[in-house]
Formats: sequence, structure tokens, C-alpha cells
Amino acid sequence: MSVDVEKKNVDPNWEPKILSFSCNWCTYAGADLAGLNRMKYPENVRVIRVPCSGRVNPQFVLRAFQKGSDGVLVCGCHPGDCHYVTGNYFTRRRFLLMQRFLEYNGIDPRRFQARWISGAEAGKFRDTVTKVSNDIKALGPNKKFQESWYKERGESNE
Amino acid sequence: MSRTGVFICHCGTNIAAVVDIAKVVEKAKSMPNVVYVEDNKYTCSEPGQQAIKDAIVKHKLDRIVIGSCSPRMHEPTFRKMLASTEINPYMLEIANLREQCSWVHTDREKATDKAIDLVRMAVAKVAKNHALFTSSIPVTKRALVVGGGIAGIQAALDIADAGYPVTLVEREPSLGGKMVMLDKTFPTMDCSACICTPKMVDAGQHPNITVMTSCEVEKVSGYIGNFEVTIRQKATYVDHSVCTGCGICELKCPSKVTSEFEQGMAQRRAIYKPFPQAVPAKPVIDAANCRKLNGKAKCGICQTQCPQGCINFEDEDKLITNTYGAIVIATGYELIDWKSIYGEYGGGQYPDVINGLQFERLVNASGPTEGHILRPSDGKEPKSVVIVKCVGSRDPNKGKGYCSRACCMYAAKHAHQVLEKIDNAQCYVFYIDVRTAGKAYEEFYTRTLEDGAIYVRGRVSKIYEEDGKLICKGEDTLSGQTVSVAADMVVLETAMVPAAGVEKVATLMTISRDNDNWLQEAHPKLRPVETHTAGVFLAGVCQGPKDIPDTVAQASASAAKVCGIFSKAELQTNPMISKVDIEKCSGCGDCAGICPYKAISMQDMEFIEHGKKITRRVSTVNSGLCQGCGACVAGCRPGAIDLLGFTNAQILEEVDALCL
Ligand SMILES: Cc1cc2nc3c(=O)[nH]c(=O)nc-3n(C[C@H](O)[C@H](O)[C@H](O)COP(=O)(O)OP(=O)(O)OC[C@H]3O[C@@H](n4cnc5c(N)ncnc54)[C@H](O)[C@@H]3O)c2cc1C
Repeated sequence: MSVDVEKKNVDPNWEPKILSFSCNWCTYAGADLAGLNRMKYPENVRVIRVPCSGRVNPQFVLRAFQKGSDGVLVCGCHPGDCHYVTGNYFTRRRFLLMQRFLEYNGIDPRRFQARWISGAEAGKFRDTVTKVSNDIKALGPNKKFQESWYKERGESNE
Repeated sequence: MSRTGVFICHCGTNIAAVVDIAKVVEKAKSMPNVVYVEDNKYTCSEPGQQAIKDAIVKHKLDRIVIGSCSPRMHEPTFRKMLASTEINPYMLEIANLREQCSWVHTDREKATDKAIDLVRMAVAKVAKNHALFTSSIPVTKRALVVGGGIAGIQAALDIADAGYPVTLVEREPSLGGKMVMLDKTFPTMDCSACICTPKMVDAGQHPNITVMTSCEVEKVSGYIGNFEVTIRQKATYVDHSVCTGCGICELKCPSKVTSEFEQGMAQRRAIYKPFPQAVPAKPVIDAANCRKLNGKAKCGICQTQCPQGCINFEDEDKLITNTYGAIVIATGYELIDWKSIYGEYGGGQYPDVINGLQFERLVNASGPTEGHILRPSDGKEPKSVVIVKCVGSRDPNKGKGYCSRACCMYAAKHAHQVLEKIDNAQCYVFYIDVRTAGKAYEEFYTRTLEDGAIYVRGRVSKIYEEDGKLICKGEDTLSGQTVSVAADMVVLETAMVPAAGVEKVATLMTISRDNDNWLQEAHPKLRPVETHTAGVFLAGVCQGPKDIPDTVAQASASAAKVCGIFSKAELQTNPMISKVDIEKCSGCGDCAGICPYKAISMQDMEFIEHGKKITRRVSTVNSGLCQGCGACVAGCRPGAIDLLGFTNAQILEEVDALCL
């Protein structure tokens, strides 16, 4: 892929910042269940609770990358099982579009992932988060977009 | 400037053992708008809640953040607490420091850093919170129960006895489910039919219950208090409003079909009642096997013989729509198809290797052998019977990983029945463990041992025929020796699996299924009969394998939940719904198309623009229908719709706070 990977002088202790939008009914519940079962996964993923993966405005994802997130993960119920009937179908379509858009803007599309994790799939939550975390770590810091953003507009100008 | 209070919970040592609370408190003090921070051993406890209330007054707080367990656990608790303070219950955000931090991490430093981030996100979000107010909607006090096994019957009776109308939908031609097929029931050995059929009749005759057999749910829309449900009444070709159930048609019908109720061990006619005590006690025609309806012959004998003239070959499926305030799902189970997965047990080629339900029919006085245990192959009485437990259960490689829970007990029941009914019989039970947790269960098992049942600890590895005997080979894991038993009949106690078609039911009601397809309860301990769809409840085996006492208890529990909803004249609605800024709305109508609840409609409104009156089309949200998913928000191009409680501004604050 022709995009952002610039892994030259990466601090070996560097930890990526990964943001996960998780729907309240499936993935957030799955994450809670992982806790209940005392499963372990990397600390570098922070969850933002949303009612439905379909609630995730593309704007949120852009903002995360602009502000220096190294990866964004959107998680919802399995297709067909959406608590709100059709929300995750919108997510799926938007996701594909967003990945293309990010690539066009110089962000490695692998930094943006979508996964379906049900409220019962604690193990899948742990495995997904672990894998995404390792993958993003391998990609290195997301410098490009972030730096250009700040250079061009300044932090206060959004 | 807002005044935020932050309260960090130790949760005993659940959070404090991994997260450095003092450091989180210290960092929180310097977060924007935070005027007060405090930590507490148990924030959810009475003194913990009081401490928050006191701090609100003392420090003039106008919003709070609590760093504790998951908001899915105690958000309602803390909202309720806030209702008795000056602060609106929605001026609260919870940072999930337990389920999503201390319980899943071990590195103290990193976990503490994460906890600080989570608190910072919540502090940032709460700064953008607004007071929200609930409104109320009327409740339709009519319940729908799906599935007419003992679970569905019990739930329907309890709701009906409380004075509310109930529709009980069963897809088979009769109520009763599996329980009515059983012979005796452990641990008391009372006759299943004697305790089940009266309940079926009660349900059939109850003035508040409408029984709809041969029916399935086709479509569900709406929400708690007002579900609009379309039910498909399958064509039965018999007009039940006229039929007296005399049974002449059944006697005269020339097509014979294997009986599902008798587990394939007897025959029924194409026009049939599944069993004599069926409710309703009226026949239906099985179109696939009726010579007239499948076009194989002219026939029509039933029509000419029926004294009431109630046979109608032109009958068609009907769709019936009604509104219900609450729904109970009780779709039960079926037995795993062992034949397709256990080739080593003959894969179905030996007629005398049967499953538990077939055995129930064989010992049942109204069954195909009138209660004599006879081999299906030659009608002879088996002298040596082998019972194999955990076929398809506790076997993740071939079947299911879970324990099917009722089998240890009904295997003991079957062994007892073999020894009781057959003179000089020998009965071997192959088992992995004997699980008899239940009132009077262990005593029942001990009695079976005293009866003379021989329990062998180990799985059966192979069953094959030799000299007219079924040779069961296995290992006795206690003695470490291989054993081989020559049996006349083998009973496989097979795993319960969810009823076929459960996926459709789950999808219609938007409830989730677990990895084994059992319907998922809202919380395994604290909300065992609720689902994540408000107003939809679970009863019986559809939620997971269980025996009749547990099934009935769960059914009554879900009935109590339904009655709880119906006891109120109105329901409080969730105020976290979409809101349109009509100034920004361009009237494109995309949101109306996106909304799965048809909660958004387009309306013409008058505006004054440049001093002139104009009419513009804008969208409006019906607060009773909107469920707060936010799909419209993400789809709105001019950004005119926002979701209260999860506004764009709130979420962006969280993103910014994290990416600091
Ligand atoms: C061999 C055997 C012996 C047993 N012996 C005992 C015993 O001695 N004591 C004991 O306590 N327990 C015993 N059990 C367990 C007992 O059978 C169950 O606990 C009980 O029958 C569960 O009732 P239910 O109503 O949940 O499910 P079910 O009896 O399966 O009823 C479900 C009903 O829902 C209907 N249905 C399914 N899907 C739909 C749909 N989509 N739309 C409409 N209707 C639908 C089905 O047709 C069925 O009528 C035994 C089980 C087996 C297999």
C-alpha cells in the first residue's frame, strides 16, 4: 500500500492510541463480559460507548485521526442481529466508503477496522482487540495526517 | 462554567487492586470544569450514594462523573439517586473502570493511565450534557406468548389470571410442547399428562386467553407497550369454529403418515389431531400428505363424511395483526440430530438404538405400545437395556460443549422405569458425571441405584450389532478397563438444542443468541428473564437447557415482569432520542428512510424568511416511536438531527479528550 507507514525513528516503548466505538447492546456488553470473565487484553484500546454502530458519524473517525489516534475500531452487533434492526448495515456500507476515503487522504486503511461482536462473545472481543492492537502497533504511529493537520490549521482551528 | 464532581469507586478491591485510585483522584482534580473529587469504597452502597448527594449540595455541583463498574450495571441506580437531588438524572456520565479496566488488565501503571483517560473522557462528555426529561406513552395491556409448551402455557395462565388478555401462539396443531409427550416426571414420578393436560385445557378455556395453534409470528414492529405483531395463521383446511372434534374424519382418512408426536414409532392420518388430549381438540389437514391437497388423488372423503361440513380445501394462510404491550418467548427446544454426528452409534441404522423422547413414548400408557417397553424392531421386551448419557452434550468435538442439564435426572428415571416394568431386567447407565443438583434429586438417583441400575463411568465408543445383540463398547474409567455390554435396546440421552427457526424469532424481536443459539437473557444473574429488547421476556428452555420446575419458575417470573408493565397506565419513555433542528433541516427526507421504526415523518411547516412567509418541508421525530439508535444522525447531511444523550458534541469531546 502506498500510504503512511513511516516507521523510521519509532520509540520501542511506543504504545498506539486506539479508539473503539462499541455499540451498547452487543460489543459493549461483550467487552463487559470479557471483564466479568477476567480475560486480559492490551491497555491501549479505549472504548467509547454509542447506542449503535450506526450512530458513528464519519466525522468522529476523521476527528480521531486528526487528533492523533493511531487506529479506530468500530464494533457492533452481527449483521441481522442489530438491536435497532438495520443500524449495522449502514455501518457496513459507511465503513467501506470510509476506508477508501481514508486511503485517498493518505491514511493506511488498515488503521480503520470494523468488527461484529455479540454480547456473548467475550473471547472474540479480547481476540479482536488484541489483534487490532498488534496490527496497529506494527503499522507504527499515525504521524502524517495529524502533523499536516496541525501545521496547516493550528490546533484551535477546527 | 459548569461544576463537575468526580467520584471514583474502589469497588472493594475490584478496582483498587489494579488501579492506583489516589493517582486517578489527583489527576481528575486538574481536569476541566472539575471542582470536586472524592473516592469511595463502594459508591453504589447507601453511604456511597449519600456521599454524592452531600457533595452535590456542599460543592454546588451541577453534573457528576462516576468512575466505577460498567454503566450497564449501575447507570440506572445512579440516575435514580440523582432524581432525588437538584441535578437532572441525565447530568451523569460513568467511566467504566472495572469491567473495561481493572478486570482486564494487570499492569498497574498502564491500567491507571487508562483509568485516567476513561475519567477524562467522561469529564469531557459530561460538560456537554443537557438535562433530559422523560415523557409517557400509553400501554396496550395485552400480552403475546410465543410457544405453547409448558413454559408458554404457564406464562399465559399467570398473565391471564392477573386479568390481562393474552394471545398464545403455537406453531404446531396443539399446545403441550415436549412435556405432554413425557410419561412420568422426575423426581416425584407423577404422570406428565395428568399435570400437563389440565393446564393445556385451562389455557384453552380461559376467558382471557386466545389460543392460536398452527400459527407463527410473521412480523414485529413497535416497542414496549405497543408492539404491532402480524401472526400467520397457517391453513388448517378445517373450520374450527364449526368443528365439534367428533373424529370421524380421522377414522375415514385413507393416508397414513408417521406420527411426529409418537416420535416416528406409530402412524397418524393426513387429517389428524397430534394426540387424543390435544388442545384444541380439533383436527387439521397436513397438506403435504393429503391426497386431495397434494393432487395425488381425488379423495375428499373427510369432506363427505364430516357431519358439520367444516372441511374446506380452499382454506388459505391468513395474516392477523394486533397490538401487544409485552411479549414472552417460550419456543423451547428439540433434541440434537444424533444420527448425523454419531456414526459410531450406528448413525440410525439400528432401530433399537433410540433417543430419550422415543423411550418416553414407549413407556407411556397412551403411547404406541400402551406403556410396555418393547423393541421397535421386533416388538420383543428387551431384557438388557443400556442408557448412554451426554450424547451430543459435553462433547464439543462432535456436539455441544454445554451440559444439557435435565438428562442425568431423566436417565435415572428411565433406568428406574426399565427396572420397574421389565422382570429380571438389567440396566446399564454409561455416564461422565452424575449431576443431581435439585430438591430431592440426589435421593431420586440413589433410589435408582438401589433399584439395581449399574452405573458405568465412561463414554460409549462404539455400538454395533452381533448375533442379534447391540454390543456397546466403552471404557470404565474408574477401573481403567474396557467394558462391553450386550444390549437388547440402547437409549441415547441426547442434548437439547434450540427449536428450529429460533433465529427468525430472535431476529424479529431483535434479541441476541449466545454461541449455541440459546436466546440471550439481559443479565445472567440479575435479569434472567429479560432481554435487551424492552418488553420482550424469555421463559423455559429457549433460554438454555432446564427441567420442568425451572421452566415453570422462569415462566411465572416472566409473567410477573409482564404484569409489572401492565400495572402502569403509562410508560415512561427514554428521553435519549433524536431531535431535529428545523432551522438546519433541508427536508431531503433521508432520515425518514433510514429510521427502522418509522419514527420520522416529513411535515410542511411555515417559516418567515426575509420577511416573507414560506412553507418548507422538514422532518419531525415521534418521541414514542424513536428508540434512540442514532442512525438518522449519522445519515443527516446538513447535520440537523442530533441524538440526545449521545450528541455529536458529546462524542467529539470524548474523542478529543482521549487523543489529547
Ligand atoms: C427425554 C426427556 C425427558 C424429560 N423428562 C423430564 C422430567 O421427567 N422432568 C422434568 O422436569 N423435565 C424433563 N424433561 C425436560 C422437559 O422436557 C423441559 O424442561 C420442558 O418440556 C421445557 O418446556 P418448554 O415449554 O420450555 O419447551 P417445549 O416443550 O419445547 O415447548 C416449546 C413450544 O414452542 C413451540 N414453538 C417452537 N418454536 C416456535 C415458533 N417459532 N413459533 C411458535 N411456536 C413455537 C413448540 O412447538 C413447542 O410446543 C425431559 C426432557 C427430555 C428430552
